[in-house]
Amino acid sequence: MADQTLPMSGSLDVTPRERSRAVLLEWLHGWVVTVDHKRLGILYVVYSIFFLLVAGAEALAIRIQLAWPNQHFLSPQVYNRMFTMHGTTMVFLVGMPILFGFANYLVPLMIGARDMAFPRLNAFSFWLTAFGGLLLYYSFVGGFGLYGMGSAPDVGWWAYAPLTAKAFSPGHATDYWALALIVSGFGTLGTAINVIATTLSMRCRGMSLLRMPLFVWLMLVVSALTLVTITPLTAAQIMLVIDRYLGGHFFDTQAGGSAVVWMHFFWIFGHPEVYVLVMPAFGIASEVIPVFSRKAIFGYPAMVAASVGIAFVSLGVWAHHMFTVGMTSVGNAFFVLSTMLVGIPTGIKIFNWVATIWGGKIRFATPMLFCIGFLFQFLIAGLTGIMLSVAPWNWQLHNSYFVIAHFHYVLVGAIVFNIFAAIYYWYPKVTGRMLSETLGKWHFWLFLIGFHITFDTMHFVGFLGMPRSIYTFEPDRGWNHLNLIISLGGMIQGIAVLIFAWNLVHSYFRGKVAGNDPWDAWTLEWATPSPPPVYNFAIDPEVHSRRPLWDLKHPEDPDWKYEA
Amino acid sequence: MIREQSARAIRLSSLPMVCVAAVVARQSAWADAAQGSPSIFAPASTPASSILGLSLFVLSITGGIFFTVGGLLAWAIIRYRARRDDDGSEPAQIYGSTQVELAWTVIPILIVVVLFLTTARIIFAIQDAPKPPAALDVTVVGHQFWWEFRYPKLGIVTANELHVPVSSTNDPKPTYLHLLSSDVDHSFWVPQLAGKTDLIPNHPNDTWIDPLHTGVYLGQCAQFCGVEHAKMLLRVYVDTPEQFAAWVNKQKQPGVQDASVAAGRHVFETQACTNCHRITGTAATGTFGPDLTHLASRATIASGAALNTPENLRSWINAPDHFKPGALMPAMQLNDEQVDQLVAYLTTLH
Repeated sequence: MADQTLPMSGSLDVTPRERSRAVLLEWLHGWVVTVDHKRLGILYVVYSIFFLLVAGAEALAIRIQLAWPNQHFLSPQVYNRMFTMHGTTMVFLVGMPILFGFANYLVPLMIGARDMAFPRLNAFSFWLTAFGGLLLYYSFVGGFGLYGMGSAPDVGWWAYAPLTAKAFSPGHATDYWALALIVSGFGTLGTAINVIATTLSMRCRGMSLLRMPLFVWLMLVVSALTLVTITPLTAAQIMLVIDRYLGGHFFDTQAGGSAVVWMHFFWIFGHPEVYVLVMPAFGIASEVIPVFSRKAIFGYPAMVAASVGIAFVSLGVWAHHMFTVGMTSVGNAFFVLSTMLVGIPTGIKIFNWVATIWGGKIRFATPMLFCIGFLFQFLIAGLTGIMLSVAPWNWQLHNSYFVIAHFHYVLVGAIVFNIFAAIYYWYPKVTGRMLSETLGKWHFWLFLIGFHITFDTMHFVGFLGMPRSIYTFEPDRGWNHLNLIISLGGMIQGIAVLIFAWNLVHSYFRGKVAGNDPWDAWTLEWATPSPPPVYNFAIDPEVHSRRPLWDLKHPEDPDWKYEA
Repeated sequence: MIREQSARAIRLSSLPMVCVAAVVARQSAWADAAQGSPSIFAPASTPASSILGLSLFVLSITGGIFFTVGGLLAWAIIRYRARRDDDGSEPAQIYGSTQVELAWTVIPILIVVVLFLTTARIIFAIQDAPKPPAALDVTVVGHQFWWEFRYPKLGIVTANELHVPVSSTNDPKPTYLHLLSSDVDHSFWVPQLAGKTDLIPNHPNDTWIDPLHTGVYLGQCAQFCGVEHAKMLLRVYVDTPEQFAAWVNKQKQPGVQDASVAAGRHVFETQACTNCHRITGTAATGTFGPDLTHLASRATIASGAALNTPENLRSWINAPDHFKPGALMPAMQLNDEQVDQLVAYLTTLH
């Protein structure tokens, strides 16, 4: 992993920027008015890590309450707020912004562009998302408006009607929830449009679509999918607000409205949303695994095709969240089949990653460790997904802790593991310093152990009939020990995340200086200095293959000789 | 026909899955030891056992995939690790292989076809099962946070504890449940008897059970329905035909009129109790809360949150929030004497 300054045409050879001597306010002002894609990317990621800690604390509160039966650590009301806020925060204020943050930072660098296509829209989108988050959390203060203080939404992150109607959810907590999602949803749409425009029109010379790094491909697919899926969510939230404030009856079952229509709107957003979150994680794995296996990605065209395939199929599976709401047997069978079909392109991806590792020389640096964890956990998550797609079995497993286990395997075991991999991998590029490998390995192993103690056990307590969303449970159902184990695993994960947070701060000041290309990698961002200067490239670079830096490092055996 | 199909599904699944069966057997033993754990691996009714048969089949296939792919992955990681004496050269670069891609596309497609057909058969067998004329009809109404059970052909209304007759393969006596909701979404789930079906306002649903063994089966609401969702518990009593007939007979009677507790009945009839509760044969005709005509015949109160003892009744009437903070019943603000009289009355309502 030599630190080499590459003779890449267009890479700027500048010494790392001096620390700003400007006064604090000027520095702050610079961040607020910035339209630089890298600064906005950093803002997104820092914002998400903050909310990761908040929502993680909410999860720990939930687990303390559930460690023993009939506990009184949280009241039922507070518990219901905690799981609603935990879910909403993790999906909308952690998962989406952190992945779009990576996209912001990396997509222009990876395709040899100097910024995103619409830098001002980019800044606008970030601040919309940020204020959406503040609006959601302001509900803790303003949820009951004039009636009193100290509330938050308590209807679940899926917010099924008619529980969200004024009759069942008085006060303003649900309104903050709906408005926060509308506002941050517009931010997300703006970023999605930006990523699509950037990838389609800002690529450097030689960067054909089939030479884009897979991360860029996946962000392109995700952005297109986002445009399709955020729209019904926003529409549903607007209908909900109309119901609550203007006497509409979309979901008001007392006046002939339909609770089931809300479910359709929510899940035609909600299921593709899972792919919106997981596909950037696939992109991260597709960058990290080849570099640390020292091999080109296996089956690049198949990986691209599988990503596009997943996006299409994912739009036709939403009602597998609704097998218990009384659809016809034919309707159920249809969604069984469409859901199982997702397994095929997803399987192709896993096989290609295994084939990439096969025959390589694996270096077990922290980013690769997290990606290996991802591979095993995503395999299991995919298989429990197949189990859940079997409608009759779903009638048992739906809304049980088995489902909680399954989607945490996806959201934590796959997505969060890859987010950690990405941070360890690109932190040197962003800050110019390496994260500590020692702390990184502590973080990885503790998180891995805690993760499995918690989420493996949840499958079993689900088999034993424990439903989700309950603030406590009966002591005579055989769930006591399992819940205690789950809670202990949660605490271990909490410790691991604190080590990670400390690593981020400590290494920023004390970390080893990284150099341009600490991992001996192959994509364009590693040809720039760490951190990259404003506008990234002085001259537009030119590429001849999917791995421009490989070509430079191995002029005797360049990639373009082999790529079709 | 249904039973034949599920039996076949179970036979089908029992072939390739020795290790899975071992895990499940341990699981079930564990569940039994944990007195009354509502495990999906201890089915006592046809829908639940066909689901278990199907799920073991799916588990064996997915288990096979896990050990194959996971094994290859683990082997690749160990075999292809960078060695200490590595010369620093790059390994051979392989960009892909159309044949290999084709193989690992076709094999999953075949697996999906098999899984889908097996699943579809069980969906139709359970969901479209013809209703035999001997079936018992029960209308289940979900309320925040309790269950109302109506037996329209028998003229019985009760709450939270469902009584059904035992069924058998020779003499099938299934119970068909018509599911309604009076407020928000709920879900009826007794894992040992059947998968869950939601109770949705304006959207009636149906499901059925045919318990093959007598006993008490535990369940609870499985769709988040508000603050006390966790305490919306559910018990199903599966009675012998004789027990069930006796139970029906008793439930059809109006509320017991015992002169020794007339004072308590007076309290009940003159307080707000009557706005929400009904006791047939008295002035109490409310429908917002559970029917109390035969309260003393039930083992629990507060939708299973507490045992039906005089002390618990006292405490429930004085402060429902003690068992169920957020329950819709208000604290009744009665004096001690009134509560004593009321509890004495309620305990006579067999």
